[in-house]
This record gives sequence, C-alpha cells and structure tokens, in this order.
Amino acid sequence: MRTENKTEVIVVGGGPAGIACAVTIARAGREVILIERGNFAGSKNVFGGAIYAQPTREIFPDFEKTAPLERKNIIHKYALLGEEDSTEVTYRNNDENAVSYSVFRGKFDRWMADEAEKEGVILVTETVVEDLIVDDGQVVGVKTELEDYYANIVVLADGVNSLLARKVGLRENISPYDVAVSVKEVIKLDKDKINDRFHLNDDEGCVYQLFGGSMLGMLGLGFIYTNKDSVSIGLGVTLNELVENKVKPYELLDKIKAHPSIAPLIKDGELLEYSAHLIPEGGYNCLPELFADGVMIVGDAAMLVNNLHWEGTNLAMMSGKYAAETALQALVEEDYTSEILCRYQQRLEQSFVLKDLKTYKDLMDVMHSRCASFLGYFPQKINEFFKMFTSVDSVPKKEKYRNFLKSVFKDRNPLELIKDGGNLLKLLWSILK
Amino acid sequence: MSIDEKLFTVKSVPDNVSHLNPDENECRCCESKACTFVCPANVYEWDEENQKLIVNYENCLECGACRIACERQSLDWEYPKGTKGVKFKLG
Ligand SMILES: Cc1cc2nc3c(=O)[nH]c(=O)nc-3n(C[C@H](O)[C@H](O)[C@H](O)COP(=O)(O)OP(=O)(O)OC[C@H]3O[C@@H](n4cnc5c(N)ncnc54)[C@H](O)[C@@H]3O)c2cc1C
Ligand code: SF4
Ligand code: SF4
Repeated sequence: MRTENKTEVIVVGGGPAGIACAVTIARAGREVILIERGNFAGSKNVFGGAIYAQPTREIFPDFEKTAPLERKNIIHKYALLGEEDSTEVTYRNNDENAVSYSVFRGKFDRWMADEAEKEGVILVTETVVEDLIVDDGQVVGVKTELEDYYANIVVLADGVNSLLARKVGLRENISPYDVAVSVKEVIKLDKDKINDRFHLNDDEGCVYQLFGGSMLGMLGLGFIYTNKDSVSIGLGVTLNELVENKVKPYELLDKIKAHPSIAPLIKDGELLEYSAHLIPEGGYNCLPELFADGVMIVGDAAMLVNNLHWEGTNLAMMSGKYAAETALQALVEEDYTSEILCRYQQRLEQSFVLKDLKTYKDLMDVMHSRCASFLGYFPQKINEFFKMFTSVDSVPKKEKYRNFLKSVFKDRNPLELIKDGGNLLKLLWSILK
Repeated sequence: MSIDEKLFTVKSVPDNVSHLNPDENECRCCESKACTFVCPANVYEWDEENQKLIVNYENCLECGACRIACERQSLDWEYPKGTKGVKFKLG
C-alpha cells in the first residue's frame, strides 16, 4: 500500500462543485486535497451570473454574512429583441428572502475556497492535473506537472472541458451541438445610474434574459446582471450555430449592446473586463458515465447544467455534496469501487439535479430543430403584434387584426407552422408528463 | 471597441510555448477554418499566402471552443501550465 503523497480524497477543480465536495469531506474529518490549476480559485472561471441562495446555504449556511455578494436580485426581465424593437416582461418581487445574488466568480470562488481551507481542505493552486493514475482499472491518483498524488477516491470537478473524464473514457468527445460559447463584458457604471436605469434601490439587483436581437433564429440567449458598481452583459450561442453561420461571438454581443433597448442601459460605461467560457448545454442526453472504480464526476464536468433557467452553480454544488457523501460512505466501508460509488448516481437521481435535467431532456433537440421559428420567427411576430396593437394610424382595428393574422400564415409555410405547433406540444408534454 | 481593445482588459501571463498546436497538414485541407470565427479571442488567423494557421496563443481565454469546433478534430489543445494563462479578476 502506498503511503507517500497519499491522501483519502483528491478533488480536481476549485469551482463550486469541487469546493462543495471538498468542504463536505473535510467537515467529516477526512483528509482531502483540492487541486486547482488557476492562480487562485475563480481565476479561470466565468459565469453570468447569479448564485442561488438556498443551495449555497446547503454548503455554506452563513454565506450571506461574509461572502462577496454584489446585489440581491429582485427583478427578472425577459426581453424579446427584434431587429430594432422589443417586447419585455418584468417580474418584480421585493420579498425579504433572496432567491439569488449577483457575484463575480473571481471573488466568490476565492471566498468559498478560503472558507473550505479554514475547515481543513488542503488547497493546491497553480497546478494542472494532467492525467489520472489508473491501476488495474481503478483510478488511484492524479499526475500533475510536478508530482503524482495518490488517493482512495478522485473526484473530477474540472469543469465543462473535463479533459480528464475523456482521458479515462468516462466521456465521449463533446459535439458542437452540446456546448454554447459565451462572451461577457463587465461594464463599470455609477451605482446611482444602475439604480435609476434598472429601477432598483441600493443592493437590489436585476436579471435580464435576452432572446433574439443579433441572435435571431439562432440557438442562443443573452443576459444582463447588475453588480454594485457595474453591469455584466453577455451571451451564449451554441457552438454549431457559430460554425454554421460563420459569425464571431463578440460581434454578436456588440450588436446586442447596440440594440436600442439595451444601449441606454450601459451608455457611458467603461469596460472593466472581457471574458469567455463554455456552457454545457447537452443536458440529460449527454451525461457521461458519472462514476467508475475510484472516481466520480461532478458539476459541469458531468454536464449538469439547466440552461433554460441559467442554473449551473447550484447543480454543481449539490452534485459535489452528493459525491462527498458517497465518498464518506466508501471511506467507512473501505470499498472504493463502483459497488459503492454508484450510490452517487442514485443520490443525483433522487434529487432535483437529474429530475430537472430529465424534465428538459427533449428541450435541446426541439430547439435545435426549431430554433429558426422559436427563436426567430415567433419573437419577431410577437414584436410585430405589439407594433400593430400600439399603432394609431386611422386604419380600422379589425382590418389590422386580420392583416396581422394573415401575415402569420403568409410569412411562414403553414406546414411548418403545424410542425412548430406539434413540436411545442411534444415539448410541453415531455416537460409536464 | 475592437476585440484587441477588449482583450486588453484581460490579465494574463503568457507562456513562451504555445498550448494550442494545430496540425498544419490538416489545416491546409480544412474547408471551414471553424477556429477562425468561433474563438472569442480571435486567436486564429488563416494566412492565405503561406497556407498556414497563425495562432496568437497569448490571447487565449482557455474556453475550449476551438478544440470542439475543429473541423478535422486535429487541434492539440492543452491547458497552459498552472502559473500561466488568463487570470480573471472578475469573471
Ligand atoms: C456565461 C455563463 C453564464 C452562466 N450563468 C450562470 C448563472 O447565472 N447561475 C448559475 O448558477 N450558473 C451559471 N452558469 C453555469 C455555471 O457557471 C457552471 O455550471 C458552474 O460554474 C459549474 O461549476 P463547476 O465547479 O462544475 O465547474 P467550474 O466552475 O468550471 O470549475 C472547474 C474548475 O476546475 C479547474 N480545472 C479544470 N481542469 C483542471 C485540471 N486539469 N487541473 C486542475 N484544475 C482544473 C478550473 O480552473 C476551474 O476552477 C453560467 C455559465 C456561463 C459560462
Ligand atoms: S478548424 Fe481545425 S483543421 Fe481547420 S484550420 Fe482550425 S485548427 Fe486547422
Ligand atoms: S480555447 Fe477559446 S479562447 Fe483559446 S484559442 Fe480556443 S477558442 Fe480561442
């Protein structure tokens, strides 16, 4: 039995999944090493974004007291952007209990990692895990640039690209249909300007989901989050759309920023930081093998993202926690094979994590095949409807309604409309059944 | 704002060797040159005259898009060493 450089659990990747996993193991008094390739946890990470209060409390019960939070989100806005116009829906809730907070990963992940260290996690930064050490079919350690480390269990929390899961054959190559490329800009703006432009008080935040605009007809979504003294704006478009349309992601973002409904929100702002990251979009149909002898995969590395709801960090944290609980059982039983580690998958299946992904399992297929209509034609028609409805031009209303209805059937082949309807029903059925 | 100006806001410690290594022969036969437009940091440029892919790896944001999009699945892609690469302050 090897004792040198040997620990009980190694977690690869210091994002929300890895940190949640490591801290849960440390709290049980077990030895755990968390290896992160960045200079500090968070230095390689990018999201929209907002972290969710309830799941974060499951890992760090008092995080609201000391974590670097930007604003508590009380407004959710959905904007359908046409070429020049837009239709927006706003939901506002001043409820005391926060659902989510805007944060910067460069600060928040770092804070979580610091907390985890205080609770006994050994954090190793600036170290890339290059490969896994496999002995007789069982993962028994990791190879880094400098040293090899051994452990009873290795947890892969290495994010969407998870080169390691692929290397040990737990995951196939990712297809361009199953990831979105996202670009983001953090734009500095006075606090008062943010409050005025987004109808907020200090510390209150607003989340925008943007459909259409420069992405009309493409499978992509944009976002805006308010921070204390800045606004985060970005978008994610599935990689195959970029390849097929031969467009550059930052050019799409530039166009969204120039849209008449968006430009006034960020006017006179100064770019603080540009960034980019992939989002796993494949969902349920794209899950890798979640465990094998000596190893489990958590968070983005396992493709655990609910893209419709912009949920990722919560699935990451909870999957990290479930993997940790499974590892703790394995340590007690001194059995690190799939026999025990399969309980991780069972935990995921019993929780919202796999239940939600299963609920939306047909979403991406339908969207891939119908995005020209669901994210192009219909948003445009909705805007056209409001254009018609708000126009005052001495044309009788009945005539306008009729013309609008006619245009719905004229501008799109009726057979395609029937298929759209069929797909929508199929999707709704798959979600609700 | 140009992409170069945007990239200017990103803190990064470049290595002196590239972590992105396309296979020149495959690139010559590649029709789409997908990497030249999917990349959020405009790392790749096709040099028509010399029939060669120029790789400005110092600008890489380490997202992984080029690796997945590579038409011929021939891009040797690794993370930069632990002490190198992007360092997002905000992210
Ligand atoms: C644009 C965008 C917007 C998003 N918006 C939201 C949002 O608003 N709310 C939300 O909840 N989710 C959002 N998400 C999703 C969310 O960011 C992810 O689901 C979440 O970060 C996954 O956490 P993770 O720990 O699994 O992976 P990551 O956060 O990616 O962490 C992986 C870590 O592993 C490290 N690593 C990778 N490989 C190695 C290696 N070989 N050796 C050592 N270290 C390694 C990385 O440096 C990184 O720190 C968004 C994502 C994007 C891209
Ligand atoms: S897509 Fe791949 S093969 Fe084509 S030019 Fe880029 S790196 Fe070369
Ligand atoms: S990893 Fe991302 S940023 Fe780096 S070269 Fe590839 S596409 Fe560009």
